[in-house]
Amino acid sequence: MSKIHVNQQLVTSEVTDQLIKLCPFNAFEVVNGELIINAGCKMCKLCVKKGPKDVCTLIEESVLPKIDKSEWVGVAVYVEHDEERIHPVSFELIGKAKELAKVTNHPVYAVLIGHETDRFHSEILAYGVDRFFVYEHPLWRHFNVELYSNAFEDFVCNIKPSTILFGGTSLGRSFAPRIAARYWTGLTADCTMLDMKPNTDLIQIRPAFGGNIMAQIICPNHRPQMATVRYKIFKMPEKQEITGVIERRPIDKINLHTDIGLKSIEKKETNLDISEADIIIACGRPFKSKEDLEMVYELADLIGAKVAVTRPLIEAGLADPRRQIGLSGRTVAPKMILNLGISGAVQYTAGMNGSENIITINTDPNAQIFDISHLGIVGDVFQIVPKLIEQIKQNQNW
Amino acid sequence: MNIVVCIKQVPSSSDVLIDPVTGVLIRDGNNTKMNPYDLYALETALRIKESNHAKVATISMGPPSAKAVLMESLWMGCDDALLVSDRKFAGADVVATSYTLSQGIKKLGKFDLVICGKQTTDGDTAQVGPEIAEYLHIPHVAYVDRIIEIKAESIVVGFSMDKTVEICEVTYPCLITVEKGIYTPRLPSFKRGVSFRNHVIPTMTFSDLADQDETHYGLKGSPTQVERMFSPQRNTDKTMVRGSSDELSIALFEKLKEIKII
Repeated sequence: MSKIHVNQQLVTSEVTDQLIKLCPFNAFEVVNGELIINAGCKMCKLCVKKGPKDVCTLIEESVLPKIDKSEWVGVAVYVEHDEERIHPVSFELIGKAKELAKVTNHPVYAVLIGHETDRFHSEILAYGVDRFFVYEHPLWRHFNVELYSNAFEDFVCNIKPSTILFGGTSLGRSFAPRIAARYWTGLTADCTMLDMKPNTDLIQIRPAFGGNIMAQIICPNHRPQMATVRYKIFKMPEKQEITGVIERRPIDKINLHTDIGLKSIEKKETNLDISEADIIIACGRPFKSKEDLEMVYELADLIGAKVAVTRPLIEAGLADPRRQIGLSGRTVAPKMILNLGISGAVQYTAGMNGSENIITINTDPNAQIFDISHLGIVGDVFQIVPKLIEQIKQNQNW
Repeated sequence: MNIVVCIKQVPSSSDVLIDPVTGVLIRDGNNTKMNPYDLYALETALRIKESNHAKVATISMGPPSAKAVLMESLWMGCDDALLVSDRKFAGADVVATSYTLSQGIKKLGKFDLVICGKQTTDGDTAQVGPEIAEYLHIPHVAYVDRIIEIKAESIVVGFSMDKTVEICEVTYPCLITVEKGIYTPRLPSFKRGVSFRNHVIPTMTFSDLADQDETHYGLKGSPTQVERMFSPQRNTDKTMVRGSSDELSIALFEKLKEIKII
């Protein structure tokens, strides 16, 4: 609750240049001969910390009333499901929720909204949930953002969880923001690391600025605190002896009105789905045409891999968007990923750095991707891959 | 029919590094552009304008320089453009941004449809659209990749979830976020631009908004705080190989054998 003051008496043209250059958000501007901070300011306070001495000072303003965090207890996971299964990201989140809850000695909650979901219940409890809240109504068979938000409202108002985790799925990314806005609280998208402070503040870490930097985000004076996490970022937990209980929530007070009418729902073809592949070959910028990619598909056939790409190739129309790895694509954690000509912006690596074996071929020995690779090969993919294909073929003939 | 499109000015490049000595962000911040995903939202609105005689207004929250992207939207074919800008909005996170934009949209007058891009390239959260819908108390549909029918009281859209493709009908007023690729965005028309040569894009400030509680805006209205920024961690357990392409392909072959891929 503060603002930054610019001491005009110390402003020289040199100081002006220095601050304009320093500010990552272009928030300094000269208006009527005065150096001012415009609406671009994100209060990163760089100008106070690293700028010319005493020019920019932080003025603390009156602080908002502090909330009573002890009223908000429990680490909750929203359990996403369809007709066939619980989305496995929900189990991964329950595993993480247990770690987080241990720090503050809080219980772990799971919340499910649906219709006729009994077949899923024991599996959810088996991952170590303490209290499992179930909301059921025929209108909740399929996800509807209005109806689900109203059901979830009952959970937040009556159970008062301290933390809520959502899977960073299509559904979670559409659903969670409605809840965050309704409670005027923080929701950190696509966290790659989570931790808990003893004072119950959730430490949320995610790539920022297009992924070149990691940002650690907290939500110090609002509850519930919320985060989404992509599938395969966290490990699948072990099942354990069931000790938790199912609590069916009364639903008679929940608003069942919606202006969204589902007209049809069809399954997508999933053979392009890379998120559960064991072996992946991922291609970056050197691939300029579909012909360039042919050798990659050949290699993929030989070793039973799926082909994935980085964002520029999607933008160039060289591959189906479902093949994209990274923050704006899929998160993968295969047994082996072979990166071909990928430089490795965090935007990309955040989607694959959980892979067991990371092998990279790149001509640039300083490429960032080598930092996270177990085997780095400095060379040209167009030279090496055809030779590898030959070698594998010869090997097969034996 | 009245359509509002929310757009944002973003840095042209996401190439930022942390200076290892000073810890300062090094960013080429002088080059900006319209968030590429917003071009699809604009194109969607303009197609509806052409087929259904709609009026299209664009709104953006940001510093005065964001007028550039609003002007671009006018050149593309939008009818009105409004900047929401105030020092009091500085430091806004997703919640405060969404709330401020919802206040701005309400001031624009009656609307039927709000269209947002699916996400921005700088924030990458994809949250602002759904949160605006919540603050406007209207339904939303995310990831819309097809406009199927524009009816008098509702819109029928197709959208894509992780494992399904779905079609739904939503009553106005409502908000949709559209996928990249829903339509091919048009280029701004220079000829049209000429008619906006002397056009001044109006700016709405804090004092113009209905809610005058300062704690709902900017840093004060933002629940989240960035505690620190740091460079991504590096992997120390790594082997690098160099050599001729023959040697390298053998090294790769051996590694694939070692980890039992072949």
